[in-house]
Amino acid sequence: MLIKKVKSRIKFLMILMLLLTIVIFLILKSLEENIVYFFSPTEIYDKPNISLNKKIRIGGLVKEESIKKDQTSIKFIITDLKNEIIVSYNGSVPNLFSEGKGVIAEGQLKDKKYFVADSILAKHDENYMPPEVSKALEKSKY
Amino acid sequence: MFKKLLPNKILSLNNNLITTLLIIMILVIAVGLMFALFISPSDYIQGDSARIMYVHVPSSFIALGCFGFIGIGSILNLIFKIKFIPLMTKSLAPVGCIFSLVSIVTGSLWGKPTWGIWWVWDARLTSMSILFLFYLAYIFTWKFVNNFEKANKISSVIGIIGLFNLPIIRYSVDWWSTLHQSSSITLTSAPTIHYTMLIPLIIMFFGMVMYSLIIFLMSYKTEVMKFKLDKKKNRK
Repeated sequence: MLIKKVKSRIKFLMILMLLLTIVIFLILKSLEENIVYFFSPTEIYDKPNISLNKKIRIGGLVKEESIKKDQTSIKFIITDLKNEIIVSYNGSVPNLFSEGKGVIAEGQLKDKKYFVADSILAKHDENYMPPEVSKALEKSKY
Repeated sequence: MFKKLLPNKILSLNNNLITTLLIIMILVIAVGLMFALFISPSDYIQGDSARIMYVHVPSSFIALGCFGFIGIGSILNLIFKIKFIPLMTKSLAPVGCIFSLVSIVTGSLWGKPTWGIWWVWDARLTSMSILFLFYLAYIFTWKFVNNFEKANKISSVIGIIGLFNLPIIRYSVDWWSTLHQSSSITLTSAPTIHYTMLIPLIIMFFGMVMYSLIIFLMSYKTEVMKFKLDKKKNRK
């Protein structure tokens, strides 16, 4: 009797958990646009009906040697190694903002190639190492 | 040794054992902090602000791990209705809750100098906040529902639903674009943390696990005593 009860509870729970998995999957799928924190330049390019002048975020790497600073503003190119967008920003950037490193810009697209940012966030990757190791890695590249 | 966790034996849990564990824990944390704050190198990009990792990462692991235990315990509880399981999960919840809060706060303190912002609602940070809320729901159920069986059922359901949040937290940085970086330590690939930083991290993790274990044992012993006392009272 007890084993029968246990077996029926197990079945009930398995079905319930399966249903939960499906429901959660569907909810997450439908909310996808709101869950992603930023779009890559390629995703911007591929979007068929991008609304200009709507607040969005784009993310990627700062293209090497693309940073141009002047008195109050900064211009740089954000790339995902396939497509690029030019970003311009008035204000100070985070300390970790630098060429070849990750960045997220929040603002408005003027057109598919030009973005005006009202805030800049630096994104760092998952690698942690002492400066000496990083220098040794750089040297071994050449 | 695990027989000690059965309700009959836990009451014989020696205070000497707790004291021994406490001394070991203090030593481990002391060594860990020495490495974390002074001996380990600073990061090649983040400098010394990366040292918050030695508290943030273990807290996150423990917060997730504790809810994993609670979730699996809740499933076993609903299937087998073993009385000491909810007593165990009840004792784990406050520890996991505190560590999820520590993870969120230390993460925020880490985010300001590195990302440039205290908080964003990206998938990782949002799902961790949801974990914290699940912990609160679990703890408050036991606190405010007076009937043991009712509280048991409701909290078990909360535990099982919250279990689904755990893989979402873990894979949030892989499934969606997030500000939070992807995992440096995984079961399937080599760590992307240099060993001079990974070892202090493991020491700190071990120390914080010991802390959790001590709190859990003391709390579990109390819960068993309370439970047996209530059983006696209800018989009268």
